[in-house]
Formats: sequence, C-alpha cells, structure tokens
Amino acid sequence: MNATAIRIQESPLDPAASVYSHDLPSGEPWLHEVRKGQTLRIVDLEGNQAADVIFFNRHDTDEHYSATQTILRQGGIYLTTGSVLYSNEDRPLLTIVADTCGRHDTLGGACAAESNTVRYALQKKFMHSCRDNYLQCIQAADVGLGKADLVPNVNFFMNVPVTADGHLKFDDGVSGPGKYVELRAEMDIWVLVSNCPQLNNPCNAYNPTPVRFLIWD
Amino acid sequence: MQKDTNPASPNPVDVIEHWRDFAPDLAADKVLFSERVPGGCHWSWRLPRGVALRLTALEEGANLSVVLYSALEKLERYNMPDSLKAQHTAHYTRGHVLMSDMGRSMASIISDTVGWHDPLGLLLDAGRLEEKYGQHNYQQFRNGMYRSGRDGLLIEIGKYGLTRRDLVAPVNFFSKVAVDEEGRFHFAPGNAPAGSHVDLRLDMDVIVAVSAAPHALDPRVAYAPGAVGIAAWRCGPAPADDYCRAFRPENARALHNSDMLYLV
Repeated sequence: MNATAIRIQESPLDPAASVYSHDLPSGEPWLHEVRKGQTLRIVDLEGNQAADVIFFNRHDTDEHYSATQTILRQGGIYLTTGSVLYSNEDRPLLTIVADTCGRHDTLGGACAAESNTVRYALQKKFMHSCRDNYLQCIQAADVGLGKADLVPNVNFFMNVPVTADGHLKFDDGVSGPGKYVELRAEMDIWVLVSNCPQLNNPCNAYNPTPVRFLIWD
Repeated sequence: MQKDTNPASPNPVDVIEHWRDFAPDLAADKVLFSERVPGGCHWSWRLPRGVALRLTALEEGANLSVVLYSALEKLERYNMPDSLKAQHTAHYTRGHVLMSDMGRSMASIISDTVGWHDPLGLLLDAGRLEEKYGQHNYQQFRNGMYRSGRDGLLIEIGKYGLTRRDLVAPVNFFSKVAVDEEGRFHFAPGNAPAGSHVDLRLDMDVIVAVSAAPHALDPRVAYAPGAVGIAAWRCGPAPADDYCRAFRPENARALHNSDMLYLV
C-alpha cells in the first residue's frame, strides 16, 4: 500500500523529444488517444488551474477510470508520484511517473450547470461548465461515449482535503506556474479532458488558464 | 348457496411483517413493505417520491451499499463528488441529501442514530473478496456462497438494463471510513451497533439497489456480513419546513430542483 503524502519527482524527459504537443485554452475540452507505453505530461502553464480528466480503455469504453478502485487500491485519497490509476475492472490504466505538483484530487468531480445551481445559486445555470464541455466533446467525437461515461474524474492540480471529522475542504492549490504531472499509459487509452471554466470558486484562482499536453513514445 | 371452491386464504402470500421486529416505532398504517436482507445478499426496488426507507443494522458490522438511479431517466444517477462537494462533507448523517448528477436531491437522510455513514464509495469486488475470505461457491456452499458487493449491485442494476459502465460509487450505510492528514483511510470498527437505523426519504422516483456484502475495508478476518432490515413507509414529499432543506442552502436548492420534476 502506497503512502499518499506529497511525492515530488522530476521527469528526465525532454519536451523537445516529445511526439505531440497541444496547448488547451481554459474552458475547452480535449479527447485524445494515448497508446500503451507512451507517456503523457500535463503542464499547469500559469498555475492553479484545474484539469478535469477521465480515462477510458481505448478498445472498450465501458472500462473507465474508477476513483473508488484507485483510492481503495492505494489506501488513500490523494494522487502523486507512484499512484496507479485503476479502472472499474480493477486493471491499471496509467501510473504517475513524475509529479512536480505533488497532490491531485480524486473526490471533487467535475463542475456542471446543474451542480452549479445547487452549489451557488439557481441563476448560475447558464455559466459554462466541465460537464457541458465533456458532452460537447463526446457528441462531436462520436466514439461511443455518452453521459453515462462521465464518471468521477481526476482533478489534476487541485487540492481537496478531507478533515478528521469528516468534512471536505477546498484548499488553495499546491500547484504553480509550470508544474506538471506525468503518466505512463498501461494500456491504450482515451484521455477526455475539460480545462475547467469554473468562476464561482477559487479552484482556478478565479482566472482559468491554459494547460499543455505533451506525449512521448 | 354456491360453494366457494377456491376460498381466499387469510394469508394468501407469504408476506412477513419483519418491520414489527426491527422498526416497531413505525406507524402500521404507513408501512408499505419490509424485508430482512441477509448479510451478503442484494435486492432492488423501483419506488416513488414520498416513500422513506428505514434501514436497520440487525447485527453489528452490517454494511449496506446503496446506489440510486432516476426511474424516469436512468442516465440521471447518484453522484458522489457532486454530493460531497455541495455539502462540504465526507460523511453522511441527518440533514444530508444524496444528489444526482443533475443537481437534484434523490434521497434525504431524515433521521439517523449512527452519525456517520461512509460516502467514499469503496466497494468490495470479486478479486478482493476471494483474496480476503477465500472462494465460497454455490456448488460447495449452496446459498452460503460469498458474493461481492460489486457483483451484487451489478446483478441488481442489470435488471433495469444498466451495465458495469453505469455502476456508480455507492453510499456505504452503517460503515465509517476516516481520512487522515496524509489522505490514508482508517476503517472504524463497531460504528453501528445492532439496532442502529437511518431513514432515507426518496425525493424523486428512483431505482434503489442494495448489497449487504462486507465493506471493502472491513478488517475482520472472517467473512461476517451483517443482516439489514429494510422497511418502506409512506412519509410524503419534503415539507417546506423540512430539516434537510434548512440544513444547508445547497440542500434547499437540490430539493427545489427535485420539486421541479413534480409540477402538477
């Protein structure tokens, strides 16, 4: 069982040697294939941005990232270097091989128009949200993904501690400009991302910013 | 006078009023049905708004994993992260509501003698069950066989056309998992003594699936799932002065969103 403290690990990989690079503006979705053995780096370019990510088996999208299987397997809620992301079939999807941020959230989920009405005010319903992002992206991609596949996601660069008395806190991010997390794919996967547009809480420091994706063979 | 050749039996079917044993405080004219779910077993119901479920731990160590889907639109289902973040909580007790991914309260906890039910969604699967307790199949053990919480819930939601893709993180009633500063889990044994109970009011028409398999982090070496009593009773929709509405403004809005499904 892994300890779940912050484990900072820099990567030896050179961005100049990556085979793919993409900067995703805030408020935009992204769906991309990562093959088994490839390494995906997500860079928080300007700091304190939340990247909401769901992973799927590229060849069977009924197999998805499972927050509960992942935290059960490692015995704790935070993701960092060494954490293995498991699927609902209890198989490794990816392993975090480097992390200069040190803590990523498994419990906070993705914002939605509907949950914004609950969390903030009914009149927030027309603001842009992660789950609208996801839906627009998977409608356009037409690869067999639908709303049922929008399962609890990883919030990279977000810090959501649980207190000893059973409360959930939304703490200031531990991320900063240029911090990154790097994952090795353990099977061929789809990566579905919403670069979070939330403006109602400090998860993006009220200023959503771009993130960068780099892939190495 | 014509002879009645097939008289009605005074008890035509084998309905047992289990609730009289484990929930005798319920009003007899409100109770709709009751069950005694043996440890490790599973079941499901389609139930309307305004019904409440009394869940009673009949033995210490009982765990009841519960998932909820809208009976009107099964794509709408219980959502752990939405519920936790809206209520800033990592435990459930009286006042908390279980929210769908569509911003509605699916169910509200209107009474509770326990104080902490586990919302973190950890679920025993077949691999972990066999690793912990060994294999107990039907051929050898008949209905004393072991079945994981995940398999039990998959069977139940399968009855409504839902698949492994659709299985959401459950609420584990009667169990407590604390999280320390490092993020690590600590299972609290003995959280719910025998007789502990909780009332879950349904705020919309739902499919409820349950499994009484052991909690995934239950440290006991022996397989000893506890039985759970379930009684459905008529409580009516959440009133204007409802405790759960007043518990947090988020809950008032989630219940309002549920009310909007029932306009006439």
